[in-house]
Amino acid sequence: MKKYNVVTSISYPKKGAMGKTGNWRVFKPILDKEKCVKCLRCWIFCPEATIIRNKDNTVDIDYEYCKGCGICANVCKVNAIELEREGARK
Amino acid sequence: MALKDLPTKECYIPGSAACPGCPATIALRIVYKALGKNTVKVVPACCTAVIESLHPHTSFDIPTMNIAFEAAAAGASGVEAGLRMQGKTDTTVVAWAGDGGTYDIGIQALSGALERNTNFIYICYNNEIYSNTGIQRSGATPYGAWTTTTVLGKTEFRKEMGEIIMAHHIPYSAQTCIAYPEDLFKKLRKAKSINGPKYIEIMAPCPPGWRFPMEKTVEMGTMAVETGAWALYEVEKDKITFNGKSKLILEGKIDRKPIDDWIIYQGRFRHLFRPKKDTKRIKEIEEHIEKMWERYRSCYL
Repeated sequence: MKKYNVVTSISYPKKGAMGKTGNWRVFKPILDKEKCVKCLRCWIFCPEATIIRNKDNTVDIDYEYCKGCGICANVCKVNAIELEREGARK
Repeated sequence: MALKDLPTKECYIPGSAACPGCPATIALRIVYKALGKNTVKVVPACCTAVIESLHPHTSFDIPTMNIAFEAAAAGASGVEAGLRMQGKTDTTVVAWAGDGGTYDIGIQALSGALERNTNFIYICYNNEIYSNTGIQRSGATPYGAWTTTTVLGKTEFRKEMGEIIMAHHIPYSAQTCIAYPEDLFKKLRKAKSINGPKYIEIMAPCPPGWRFPMEKTVEMGTMAVETGAWALYEVEKDKITFNGKSKLILEGKIDRKPIDDWIIYQGRFRHLFRPKKDTKRIKEIEEHIEKMWERYRSCYL
């Protein structure tokens, strides 16, 4: 990454600047790919940009940084995303 | 425009300090998609100054300058002048402030920058409180809402920033909401293409500040528009156009939903429902909104 020689303090972009925020999560969103209709509502409304949009408009969830707010499950029109308590499934 | 037409490029990097369900980051992602990477952002004290995360790392892949609370628009004017002198006129300058930094503390700098015809976009994300400092009342807080400084509910009505901005007769101003990403994207792209001062206000329902469950952020935004508490419109060369649901409400094609539908989910209005329903104050909120729409109809229809 390009570093700048400036007198003031400067921060550089980094993934996970506050650490792995996935460990804030209480409820984990589980995506059912068969129900998904590729409307991309979860992708645009994810506050954390952890819903990854693939080239063919299917989506994946980045559990490393997902904070588990549940907006994706709430905006999904076909209920393809369900929330499950962390650690419920062994 | 459909959601799949929005660019895939992300300038917001996961792993920030934002609360789960934060409306500001939803708005930021769409703003970055619309304005592209050739953008300089000026951020005063607001939630976004925290969302950026800690030095020496940041979660924004866009040059961002932090500045004092009241100086967002003044700072953006300086950045714009500097870029202009360097010949970088294709760079978009954005001031991104909360409602505290716009309605109350930053209004004189904003008014000055608009009057000086600075070529920049001022974006206010309005969560109707000072949520960063701990949920104090602001000029945007609606009547009856609980905050830590209005424990029994605010006794004053909020002011109409949109109409104060309209009085500056700037080339473009708009009101939008995070629940309508296409609308937000379209308005930002339009603002980017216009030369001169632009003002965009984004309704951003805040889960910890409004006391509602974090998964309802988008739903609360939709309800704010459907109940008429918030209007989607854009003003171009003094001509006002209402968009989406607000247009249908203005023309009387659909009825506004009762305000109860929106406020019952928000803990900040809980004292209006428990232990006994305070019909008098709820009626006052309803009448205030009805009066607002009557004014819109008489002035702009």
